[in-house]
Amino acid sequence: MSNLVIAEFAGDEIWSATLNTVAAAKEIGGDIHVALIGTDCDAAAAAAAKIEGVSKVLVCDDPAFTHQMAEAVAPKIAELAATYSHVLAPADTFGKNIMPRAAALLDVQQISDISAVVGPTSFERPIYAGNALAVVESAEKINVITVRMTSFEAVAAEGGSAEIEKVGGAEAQELSSFVGAEMTESERPDLATAKIVVSGGRGMGSGENFAILETLADKLGAAVGASRAAVDAGFVPNDYQVGQTGKVIAPDLYIAVGISGAIQHLAGMKDSKTIVAINKDDEAPIFQVADYGLVADLFDAVPELEKKLG
Amino acid sequence: MKVLVPVKRVVDYNVKIRVKADGSGVETANVKMSMNPFDEIAVEQAVRLKEAGAAEEVVAVSIGPQQAQETIRTALAMGADRGIHIKHDGEVEPLAVAKLLKAVVEKEGPELVLTGKQAIDDDCNQTGQMLAALLGWAQGTFASKLEIADGGAKVTREVDGGLETIQLKLPAIVSVDLRLNEPRYASLPNIMKAKKKPIDAHEPADFGVDPTPRLKTVKVSEPPPRQGGIKVESVDELVEKLKTEAKVI
Ligand SMILES: Cc1cc2nc3c(=O)[nH]c(=O)nc-3n(C[C@H](O)[C@H](O)[C@H](O)COP(=O)(O)OP(=O)(O)OC[C@H]3O[C@@H](n4cnc5c(N)ncnc54)[C@H](O)[C@@H]3O)c2cc1C
Ligand SMILES: Nc1ncnc2c1ncn2[C@@H]1O[C@H](COP(=O)(O)O)[C@@H](O)[C@H]1O
Repeated sequence: MSNLVIAEFAGDEIWSATLNTVAAAKEIGGDIHVALIGTDCDAAAAAAAKIEGVSKVLVCDDPAFTHQMAEAVAPKIAELAATYSHVLAPADTFGKNIMPRAAALLDVQQISDISAVVGPTSFERPIYAGNALAVVESAEKINVITVRMTSFEAVAAEGGSAEIEKVGGAEAQELSSFVGAEMTESERPDLATAKIVVSGGRGMGSGENFAILETLADKLGAAVGASRAAVDAGFVPNDYQVGQTGKVIAPDLYIAVGISGAIQHLAGMKDSKTIVAINKDDEAPIFQVADYGLVADLFDAVPELEKKLG
Repeated sequence: MKVLVPVKRVVDYNVKIRVKADGSGVETANVKMSMNPFDEIAVEQAVRLKEAGAAEEVVAVSIGPQQAQETIRTALAMGADRGIHIKHDGEVEPLAVAKLLKAVVEKEGPELVLTGKQAIDDDCNQTGQMLAALLGWAQGTFASKLEIADGGAKVTREVDGGLETIQLKLPAIVSVDLRLNEPRYASLPNIMKAKKKPIDAHEPADFGVDPTPRLKTVKVSEPPPRQGGIKVESVDELVEKLKTEAKVI
């Protein structure tokens, strides 16, 4: 067995999603190599070489990979994949964008969003918003996999000493080009990896009202999340969305405020260690998954909670 | 410009699904089925392009059992012009769907294919990207905004850190996200009109594609249920429990 992990990185930083993905590769067994496909990769390559359990870092540095456009990156992945039994990337918007394109070029059926490694070619994955778990057995020549980050504990970012090998670049592609990005700036911890998350739903009533959640979050050192309804209503940006079609997270503490608990929302947070729900409707389905439910008006309960945390 | 919209028939998003007792899959008999919600958004976008004069024809295509024709009828009632049904009973994986769609694209020659970002039954999130790969076309995934101009498509994508905008050469594949638009309800007259719109019927063999799944589903089970919690009476009690019982703060 030999695993190739497609790294997600920026500047000199390897994103933690890559560390979860390496953890999945470790469970599969065999060699683990990491590929960096992008531009100005040297600093990130040095960081990748230190990841626990990684024996080789492949660097594909080429202007054609600027902004990691799928049309350029996927053929490179398909080319590198030829000598591996498993190729893995995180099941976030980065991996979801590029991996199926690479899988189709290889003529293999991708295995999306695995939540457990049952055997080297056997994987568990959630379907129907996590309301069922399927175990699938693959006989594909190459297993192209995206990994549910919350299901695999990150390996250490330090401790390894992999060799770094430069491999070729790519032809420039003219199908697509990058225009711009509008990234959400925040001083708070990253929603995907935060230990504590405070999320608001439609019950918040407005974007301004999210201020009370932000104050609470800051006291707890927490990230702020949201339901789809809160995002659709324009209270908060799209990258706050937790759920089946947003981010899947599993913090130590998840506080759901003014969120009813639709299955699509639960799909993104029900693996949290401790769940708190604050909702004025004592019948709200969120209470069925909450360890601690408080039936109250959020506009009273949230400020009081913030104050009593000292 | 012709727009092709693949639509999948899935268990309605409001249904609480049940796993079959023998672990072979999820119960779909006597369960409400609907168009995949993302595909409704794709149909809506295609119809809006037509209404704005940017598209001449909207073709809905579905791969699935006989009843998938109902899903196509829904698209026709929303404003699609005609349908293509590729009949297949049983599960069909994204790679096979993409191969069938490629054959349809080669026959129909659309300049734009609008797929959903994800089917809410298999949660694969693959088909659009795979189709783009097979055709060698540009892809714009998870679109929350789409503008067609100057022979290209400008797509705003919902990504983990926020929003990203890219420019695609046409023809292209765009996979749509939740916030692209709000799909309309079909009016009664349009539902009646849709009954007269044509649906071409095919089988996978007509396109030389073998739809047999590549992955074998060994077992489907229900996730372990979460232990029931308690209701606390006050904020004080909540703080106390979080500190001394859950020990998370
Ligand atoms: C294809 C598809 C994908 C989806 N993906 C997602 C997803 O990824 N994530 C997601 O979250 N949803 C998703 N949804 C939407 C989901 O079905 C629900 O519509 C959504 O989660 C509801 O959000 P909400 O709980 O904030 O709003 P509501 O259901 O309207 O609930 C608001 C809650 O706030 C409470 N409330 C109101 N005022 C107060 C107050 N003053 N104090 C206390 N409580 C109050 C109410 O009692 C109520 O329970 C998806 C839906 C579809 C069809
Ligand atoms: N059987 C099918 N028939 C028509 N379109 C499909 C089918 N399966 C998937 N699609 C399209 O591909 C999108 C993504 O599906 P998936 O890759 O399965 O998550 C869906 O939203 C549809 O637009």
